Amino acid sequence: MLQDIANLFHGFAVVAQPFNFLLMVVGIVLGVIVGVLPGLGGANGIAILLPLTFSMSPTSAIIMLSCIYWGALFGGAITSILFNIPGEPWSVATTFDGYPMGQKGKAGEALTAAFTSSFVGALFAVIVITLVAPLVANFALRFGPPEIFSVYFLAFCSFVGLSKEPPFKTIASMMLGFGLGAVGLDQVTGQLRMTFGFPEMLNGFDFLIAVIGLFGIGEILLTMEEGLSFRGTAAKLNPKVVFQTWKILPKFWLLSLRSCLIGCWMGISPAGATPASFMSYGIAKRISKRGHLFGTGEIEGVVAPETAAHAAGTSALLPMISLGVPGSPTAAVLLGGLLIWGLQPGPLLFVEQKDFVWGLIASMYMGNIVGLLIVLTCVPLFASILKIPFSVIAPIIMVFCAIGAYTVHNNTFDVVMMVVFGIAGYFMKKTNYPLAPMVLAIVLGDKAEEAFRQSLLASQGSLSVFWSNGLVSTIMTLGLIALFWSQIQSGWNRLRAAHKGLRPAE
Amino acid sequence: MSESVNEAGGAGPSHRGVEIGVAVAMAILALIGIYGSLQNGVGWGPDGPRAGFFPFYVALIVLISCVVNLATVVRRMDGTKLFAEWGQLRQVFSVIVPTAIYVGLVPYTGIYVASALLIAVFMRWFGRYSWLVVALIAILVPILTFLTFEIWFLVPLPKGPLENWLGY
Repeated sequence: MLQDIANLFHGFAVVAQPFNFLLMVVGIVLGVIVGVLPGLGGANGIAILLPLTFSMSPTSAIIMLSCIYWGALFGGAITSILFNIPGEPWSVATTFDGYPMGQKGKAGEALTAAFTSSFVGALFAVIVITLVAPLVANFALRFGPPEIFSVYFLAFCSFVGLSKEPPFKTIASMMLGFGLGAVGLDQVTGQLRMTFGFPEMLNGFDFLIAVIGLFGIGEILLTMEEGLSFRGTAAKLNPKVVFQTWKILPKFWLLSLRSCLIGCWMGISPAGATPASFMSYGIAKRISKRGHLFGTGEIEGVVAPETAAHAAGTSALLPMISLGVPGSPTAAVLLGGLLIWGLQPGPLLFVEQKDFVWGLIASMYMGNIVGLLIVLTCVPLFASILKIPFSVIAPIIMVFCAIGAYTVHNNTFDVVMMVVFGIAGYFMKKTNYPLAPMVLAIVLGDKAEEAFRQSLLASQGSLSVFWSNGLVSTIMTLGLIALFWSQIQSGWNRLRAAHKGLRPAE
Repeated sequence: MSESVNEAGGAGPSHRGVEIGVAVAMAILALIGIYGSLQNGVGWGPDGPRAGFFPFYVALIVLISCVVNLATVVRRMDGTKLFAEWGQLRQVFSVIVPTAIYVGLVPYTGIYVASALLIAVFMRWFGRYSWLVVALIAILVPILTFLTFEIWFLVPLPKGPLENWLGY
């Protein structure tokens, strides 16, 4: 514990180096821009900017990229409140009350509330990461192949159970991801798989290409279909409004705490920031005394989703750094970054790459503080980005997507694949196939398969290896519970309803 | 794909038709996956599960899920809901087509020239900007990109005859 605190302070020293600090500020500004622009989100924004970090040290690179993520989390709120356009999926719930507040002339209060609650949510999650991640990593060092596979199993089952999309659509999209991940050279036997003689397929499908295509190009196509018109509230934020709002906010401490907990829980289990924000909003609406006024511009309706979204977005990094299992597509891209910089994600990071891990954790604290200051002072600047018409922004985003896709392997075929993924992403999104499980499956496919095959090899092909000791059986059973969560829940409700229904009938 | 008309009067492909299309497309990918895995061997080799083992079961699950999804769509979904109006789809295609051409051009002209063309086409076609503004942005953005990537961050991007002629 004490050792961890010493490490954390060492991390702060790393982040405070002028070059790293500069990268942090640049990262946050880029991140807010990415968050504000429709068609660019955290995951593909980071994927596109990844090539800029190739020549940096891993620590500097992760500081910049994670700060892009914090910036994107902040940025989504700006467009939700001012223009009723969620810049990110996790800020959809913020539009419910944020935009009406803006319409009533309370845009300043809504923005302050949103930024501050984001900050609180993130801070809570970072503290959780600081305290829990080293323990989890330490514990995970003892994991063998069956345990590693069971962790993947749990992560993917939670997707199916917690997703609001139909379970078989989630499964189809996830398994397709595993299949795409398996194309190319087989890690274990060195055989070529499913390349059908095309040399372009040798390298398989890189998930970064999938991220850029599915989230970047797909999103632009969706935006084109909907047709964009920006008619919004003017953005002004003077210090008086900020301080006035800060005086009100502490009243909602219970709401904040609840939203933080929801966010962390949803972030660590890979449900992600978007469902967390909706869930937090929904619960706040049910519990709050002013719940019936939600949707007309209640400040609580801004605090709840923003806190939860930021807590979830941040805590999604906990399983990424401690276990090597990303909790969200953005965390997956960061994980992909680790591989490119030559680091092996997983529990060993805490032993072998102390500078890197603690630099990252320290940059989460610093990044969020600096981020809060930047967004509070520069809102009008960022809002004016949306005044640039989409016909100018769209091709430029497209060009950056292409550059990002090309630089992954210096291969022009990848750029073609990016467009294919983009079109697929458009159709999948329109027909409610979730994209996040697919991306995560492409990233983790090789590792999950390797763990699975090694486990089976040790047990001579018997699946009982996954129930061979207390630890692995617990994780696998948790996975099964997560998989059938909605069935368990509805079964339980029916049982209770039947129980209640019986008594009056007697 | 069946056509339908919604209350607002706009016409377009039905949501149901597209759902079926997506499920069928996925099922075809799954079948390709199963075929590919069978070629690698899906059984138990001398050194454990063979290369096709994992992808085979993965593809099988995709196939089963597709059948379930297809059944749900066919039984439950009514055909009146629109996927999108034709006008909206035209917008989408007017992005896909230039992008596809752009991607096809990159290996021949390099990314900078192709990008300039893409930006110019977009701005002129959708934005109806004057040629001066179009030229300004379409030339400035690739130059800035060039400076950022090639000069400052030392990341090489695909180059074509123009860059060769300029000596890069």
